[in-house]
Amino acid sequence: MKETPLSNCERRFLLRAIAEKKRLDGRQTYDYRNIKISFGTDYGCCIVELGKTRVLGQVSCELVSPKLNRATEGILFFNLELSQMAAPAFEPGRQSDLLVKLNRLLERCLRNSKCIDTESLCVVAGEKVWQIRVDLHLLNHDGNIIDAASIAAIVALCHFRRPDVSVQGDEVTLYTPEERDPVPLSIHHMPICVSFAFFQQGTYLLVDPNEREEHVMDGLLVIAMNKHREICTIQSSGGIMLLKDQVLRCSKIAGVKVAEITELIQKALENDQKVRKEGGKFGFAESIANQRITAFKMEKAPIDTSDVEEKAEEIIAEAEPPSEVVSKPVLWTPGTAQIGEGVENSWGDLEDSEKEDEDEGGSDEAIILDSIKMDTGVDISDIGSQDAPIVLSDSEEEEMIILEPDKNPKKIRTHTISAKQEKAPSKKPVKKRKKKRAAN
Amino acid sequence: MGPGVMEGVMHADPKIHTEPGTESSPRGPGCSLRHLACEQNLLSRPDGSASFMQGDTSVLAGVYGPAEVKVSKEIFNKATLEVILRPKIGLPGVAEKSRERLIRNTCEAVVLGVLHPRTSITVVLQVVSDAGSLLACCLNAACMALVDAGVPMQALFCGVTCALDSDGTLVLDPTVKQEKEARAVLTFALDSVDRKLLMSSTKGLYSDAELQQCLAAAQAASHHVFRFYRESLQRRYSKS
Repeated sequence: MKETPLSNCERRFLLRAIAEKKRLDGRQTYDYRNIKISFGTDYGCCIVELGKTRVLGQVSCELVSPKLNRATEGILFFNLELSQMAAPAFEPGRQSDLLVKLNRLLERCLRNSKCIDTESLCVVAGEKVWQIRVDLHLLNHDGNIIDAASIAAIVALCHFRRPDVSVQGDEVTLYTPEERDPVPLSIHHMPICVSFAFFQQGTYLLVDPNEREEHVMDGLLVIAMNKHREICTIQSSGGIMLLKDQVLRCSKIAGVKVAEITELIQKALENDQKVRKEGGKFGFAESIANQRITAFKMEKAPIDTSDVEEKAEEIIAEAEPPSEVVSKPVLWTPGTAQIGEGVENSWGDLEDSEKEDEDEGGSDEAIILDSIKMDTGVDISDIGSQDAPIVLSDSEEEEMIILEPDKNPKKIRTHTISAKQEKAPSKKPVKKRKKKRAAN
Repeated sequence: MGPGVMEGVMHADPKIHTEPGTESSPRGPGCSLRHLACEQNLLSRPDGSASFMQGDTSVLAGVYGPAEVKVSKEIFNKATLEVILRPKIGLPGVAEKSRERLIRNTCEAVVLGVLHPRTSITVVLQVVSDAGSLLACCLNAACMALVDAGVPMQALFCGVTCALDSDGTLVLDPTVKQEKEARAVLTFALDSVDRKLLMSSTKGLYSDAELQQCLAAAQAASHHVFRFYRESLQRRYSKS
């Protein structure tokens, strides 16, 4: 679907409001929207809501052989998908630019910063390592996808537990979750992206732009940082010229924001762990707010199926018996059988026009027959080498045309028809043509 | 039908236990639906959205429509319905395509496409967690999302999954473990007006008597699901 363009008056309104230090949703210049993190029942599954932008993250693992040049390191794979429900403009073919940009930024933020210890993912050096796969799905686009996605990725990675493995000499034992508790990943630090949107050639800046603000911004600066104030990635796009002190100021703001977000993430992870340990209910169903009028829950309900057998019997007794299905398979050769007949020949016109041609050559038919009979795999040359008429057998071979302009083809055709008249014709278009020529 | 007939039937047909569903988890052998939860209008961009949860299985659906359609896909006298199902891990494969087709056929049977010719109605489904009965949960989420979007329909529809055990026990709304150990898994889509069958997708071996019994059990279960829909919508549009 085409994207609804932002109207000029909306654009002017937004820019003028930003010039007066006002945002449409009432936030201050450096304020983030509300972040809500909820976890699912399986480990490694989380949904992060940054205002109305919603991202689903899932981590999964698999034992694979390592890359050749990194034999002792595990493999990390990140994939961010812009689901079609996130915005009407996100169609499968149409979002490549944005998708590549976001994926690349996410990879630089998480992979190049070495926040996950890949050496600990090695099981048998050179043979078996863990491949950790992070799948992120954008569910609703209300601006600032990269921040929400980076939070979802790091939360999912921290929440994930991989199966325990023990190596004794040559033996590798993989324990199921029932045998031994799964083990968390070894994470050094938590890099989080913070986005800054610039307006009026760098005069005004806003943190965490929403969708409307992203439409009118001139450029975007993304700084990925961890709570130890280490910059993991920095990217400036949109072609705005920034001064050195602007970038430094942004990094200071990012440091503060990242500290707040990291604290929020830790609290959410601790809460979830506590609930799981105490045996309480966890999962997405629990995180639906009860007070919301648009949400509704119903407890497990028994279904009375005591009269199901009686009902079924009634239905079967009243139903008509199934119609007689006559299927007589015809075995041509071992491995080639035919059930039923083909459809009516709808190549009526073709026949008349081709009649004259085929008396001379017969090459057209040869091509058609070859394409139909590909499965039998019989060489035409074998048949052609014999001078005498071909011995008739119950095989498909006799329908093959010999590419010699003799009377042989016609002889064979007549033979074919007499032998097969009782049996159901399998390839009607070809057969009809033959019959007509015999009549001629 | 007296007790004599029932005994004769017991040899050939599956036994069906009914127990008051007092167990919390795991469910004992018995016909009961898991805990249902639904939230509507949770996404701001799609015209309609719903998140449907059956036990631990959760599916999020978003509906766009009636909206502009590409000329190549337009139908002159009705709306073009498109269903997209995305798995949680990995790229969508053939299984997703086949489920998309089943859901699309069900939706096309109930959605009044003739009221919106040359438009497109797109239903996007995202699997949030899969703990059994996924196709039924997708159908339910799609229905609630279509209702939330205000797409005109002639009836509501719901999905119910039955699993047949190796000894013939019928289980409704099976979990992943029950589905794996079952001899046959049957999913039905039923409409709300007459409980008629809109779609059936089955996997495994079963007799025709068992099929009819599963269908009858699914119809009994659909009463519960439709009651859930009704109460959920009543709550949403209530003034108190």
